Parts: sequence; C-alpha cells; structure tokens
Amino acid sequence: MLGNAGTKSAGAGRFKLGTWGWVAVFVLAALVPLFGPSGYLLDIGVNIMIYAMLAYGMNVLLGYTGQLPLAHAGFFGIGAYTVGILTLKAGWSFWLAWPAAVALCAVLGLLLGLVAFRTKGDAFSIFTLGVGVIIMLVINKWDALTGGNEGLNGINPPAGLEVLSKGVGLKLSAGFYYLALIALILTVLAVARARGSVFGRSLIAIRGGEDLARSAGIDVFTHKLRAMMLSTAIAGFAGGVYAVYVGFLGSASAGPAMTFTVLLYLLAGGLGTLAGPLIGPALLYTLTQSLKGLQDYQYIVFGPLLVLLIMFAPQGLAGLWMKAQARRELAAVTGKKGAERA
Amino acid sequence: MSTFLQQLFNALALGGVYALVALGLTLVYGVMRVPNFAHGGLYMLGAYLSYAVLTGLGWGYVPALIISAIGVALLAAFMERVIFYPMRNAPHVHPMIAAIGVLFFLEAAVQLVWGPDFKQITEPVPGIVNVGGVIITWQRLLVIGASVVVMLGLNYFLKRTMTGATIEAMSQNREGARLVGVNTNRVGMMTFAISGALAAAAATLIAPIISVSPSMGEVMNLKVFAIIILGGMGSVPGAIVGAFLLALAEVFGGYYISLDFSDVIGFAMLVLVLALKPQGLFKRGT
Repeated sequence: MLGNAGTKSAGAGRFKLGTWGWVAVFVLAALVPLFGPSGYLLDIGVNIMIYAMLAYGMNVLLGYTGQLPLAHAGFFGIGAYTVGILTLKAGWSFWLAWPAAVALCAVLGLLLGLVAFRTKGDAFSIFTLGVGVIIMLVINKWDALTGGNEGLNGINPPAGLEVLSKGVGLKLSAGFYYLALIALILTVLAVARARGSVFGRSLIAIRGGEDLARSAGIDVFTHKLRAMMLSTAIAGFAGGVYAVYVGFLGSASAGPAMTFTVLLYLLAGGLGTLAGPLIGPALLYTLTQSLKGLQDYQYIVFGPLLVLLIMFAPQGLAGLWMKAQARRELAAVTGKKGAERA
Repeated sequence: MSTFLQQLFNALALGGVYALVALGLTLVYGVMRVPNFAHGGLYMLGAYLSYAVLTGLGWGYVPALIISAIGVALLAAFMERVIFYPMRNAPHVHPMIAAIGVLFFLEAAVQLVWGPDFKQITEPVPGIVNVGGVIITWQRLLVIGASVVVMLGLNYFLKRTMTGATIEAMSQNREGARLVGVNTNRVGMMTFAISGALAAAAATLIAPIISVSPSMGEVMNLKVFAIIILGGMGSVPGAIVGAFLLALAEVFGGYYISLDFSDVIGFAMLVLVLALKPQGLFKRGT
C-alpha cells in the first residue's frame, strides 16, 4: 500500500522506502522497548512520534496542497484540551474522548477552512496565524474550562494501558511508547492512502496551480477543505496522545511557537514526501535534546538553519536524497548508453 | 465623558505606533510581495538598540531614536540583500518561512545579549498635562505628535519625491517600473531600510510606556499583520486606517467588555472583516 502510493504517481515520490522499508522501520521501532532502554530514551521516542504526527498533518496542507497553515498547533491544543477536559471534568474514558477530540478538530477545521480559504496565499497564512493566536489566548484566558494560566493538571493514563503493559511485563512508559507508535502508524497509513488516491493527486494539482487544477475539473475549494480537515484531524489525534502522555497541559503548547517548530522539523525532513515528516523530527528533536545546555538559545542555530534550508534545500533531507538518487540513475542510464555506443 | 476622551486619547497614541509599524510592513509587501514575519523582530531590536544607547552610552532620547532607526534600517537592507532578494523567484511560501527563521534568530540573539528580563526606558519628558479633566502623559502626546510627523513625512516622500515615486511605481507594477527604467534592485533594498527605520522609531516611541522584552515583537507582529490584511495588503492608507481601527477596538473593547480579552478582540475583528470582505477594507493600488 505505502510503496504503491509512491509508484503510482510518477516522479512525485522518488524517495520511497517501499512497503517493506516502512514495515522494517516500524518493526525496529516496536522492538526498542524490549531491550529495556532508559525512560529518557523512550521519552525522546514518544516526543519524536508526537512531533512526527503533527508534521504529517501539516504536510497534507503545506507539502501536498501548497498552503501554509499557521494555526496547526492550535488544533493540537484543541485536541489535547478536549481529551483533558472530557476525561478530567466529564469523566469520559480516554478511548471515547480521543475520537471525540479528532472529530471536533475535523469539524473546526472545516469551519476555519470555510472562512480562511476565501483568502489566498500569504493572506491565508497570516489569517490562520491570527486564528492560531486566538485559540491560544482563549485557552489561556478561559479559566473555568481550561484552567487558564495554571493549566490542566493530573490527566490520567488511558484506562487499561497500565494493566496491559504490566501484564506483558513492561513499564507504563513502554505502554505509552506503543500507544504513540500505533497512532503514528495509523497516521502514516492514512496520509499515504490519501496521497495515493485521486484526492491526493488533485491536491498536488492544486499546489501546481489553482487555475490549471480548476480547468482540469477539480473542485479546488472542496479539495482544500478536505485537506484542511485531514490536517486538523491529525493534529487533534496527536494532541490526544500528548494530553495523556504528559498529563499536564499549558496553553503554550497551542501557540505559534509550536507551529513554527513543527514547520522547521517538516522542512528539514522534506516537504511533500512521505518519509520527511518522520525524518525531520527524529533528527532535529534528538539534536535539540543533545544540545540541552543551549535550550534557551537553540534558535540562534535553528533560525539561520531554517533560512538556509528554505534557500538552498527547500525539499529537505528527503529531497536531497531524491536529487542524489536521480543523478545516480541518470549517470547509470547515460553510462549505459555510452557503453553501447563504444 | 472624560473617561471616554481619556480612552480615545490612549487609542490615538496606540494607533499611531501601530500605524508606523504597519506602514513599513505594507510598503515591503507592496514592493517585494514578501510578508515579512521578521518585522516584529526588527521592531523589538529597535527598542533594545535605543535602550543600549540610552543606558550604555548615556546619550539622550533623540540620538537614541536616530541611531536605533539607522541601525535597524541597515540590518533590514542587509536582510533584503542576503535573503529576500535571492529568493525573489521562489514559491511565495519560501520567503515567508525564511522570515520566520530570521524572527527566531533575532529573538534568541537579543535574549542572549540582554537577557530575558524586562527592561525599562525612562520617559524623556516625564509628567502629565490636565486638559479639562482629561489626564494626558507627555509621552503619549509625544507619540501622537511624532507619529503624525513621520506619517506626513512618509507621505511627502512617496508622493512628491522621485525616489518615493519609484517605490509607488514598483508596488503598482513591477515589470512596468523596470521597463521605464526604475532600478528595482535598489528600490527593494531601500523599502526594507525604510520599513526597518519606521519599526525602530515606533518601538523607541512606545518603549517608555510599555516594557521592553525579547517577546514584545511577537504580539506586535501579529497585530500589524492583522492591520495590513484588514486594510488590504500593500495599501498605505489602508494600513493607517486599519491601525487606528484596531487601536480603537482594543482600547474600547478592553475598557467596556473585558481587559483579558482585549487582544482577542482585535483578531476577532479581523476574522469578521475577512469573512465578509476577503480582500480587506481597501483594495490595493493607490
């Protein structure tokens, strides 16, 4: 399925791990907790997977459809707070609250899209940035519902996760690791499936040029709306995992700084590729953690890095790899021809 | 009534500062088609440069304002040369992302040099005046006066001088401007420099009223973007009208509805306007 998604659309996804490549990556990832790694290592793993899901969600709009959405973290926050509020205040089970959060984010994404897609290009990005700030401010000020500045404290782990983990002889942290891994796999499957379908190819057409896409009979507005819903639903999905994993929510996680971090990760990994949203967070989040001393000043490095990436390698690491591979293939072909001639 | 006048006066001072910052942003957008997310960073840097000149060198308020305006203008021009000019043909999302990177860098750099704490700039002319029961600080009067002078000067420059006319020409029609011999290269750089100087001047004017902090640019950034979308991106009169509308909505909304949500009111207004008029209140092209 995953591999096919890439092959069907010629030229769009040269960076293919192939179905077996993805299976290998996920099997390896699933084996990690069995070697009894430190809690710190598992924590890095879970964080990477949460960021990767967010990057996949953003990639649907930015990488495939060519629209830069800057309210992304807002939906992450809405997803997380929905899970937090429903489990803490309404006594819902996480397993019910999580889908509810995803559904809410999809509906809100639809509403946002109905207004935001009336604007185009730069105005769209700035408009969504404004919406992102409103979401963060509302979360921060609505004390009665969200706990305001104090945040939401003491969100319990999902029912059964601890029992299940202990039952197979693992710690709760490993249980969370598997929860995040399964969520990530579902996200990748959903995005790969969407990308390989007619819907996905229509999005690429819209990225190439809206007027051209329209003249080819694509309903641009509806497709953008659907892409937005998929993107915000994934953000909410990631938010749900984050809420139960961290157990504490503050409004900062819904703010523009979070959106920009995800944007940086996505760019570093590779826009519009299937592997990029995983590679970017895996490399950069690990780098951030190893530069712990630099924490406050990490943007002295990351700011210029973002500028250099977008100027010289806008397709990210996956893109660089694709280019190198294309060159190798070209060399192979021309080399063969040369040999035939000789 | 006097409360109303008091609030109106505060709104005018705030609107003047918003207008100066928004004007630079809208000029750059008009000429370069770059939504410069680093603009809030330039504004913040302007406040810190003034702070440094005032406390480090111990010079006066006016030299501080001038030095910080020149310093930020040079940096903005440099940014245009090194980052935005080479990216002029890239997809429109790319320069926007690069600008976000610059904003991050400026914030982190300022924090590294001056620390994360709030800094205070003392008022050059302390004290208040009482006009018929309305209490006005000299600083707010200064803000209003200076912003009006700068706006008039900018208007004169754009409408009455040859160099200013090239900016207008390029924002109306890039190719056309090049055809009639406008050096579009130089105009882009100059526009960035002007936008930097305006941002630094605005920051120095408002700094004695608010506190100076590395994150002060973020909020301002969002507000001026709201303003220029509201006024129509690239439109000069739109930016001025948008600035005062936002300031009025914030001050009166904050006073009569809720101070907690005064920042939200501005954005809510933006969402409302865009839902009804996606092109903004003023169409571009003056």
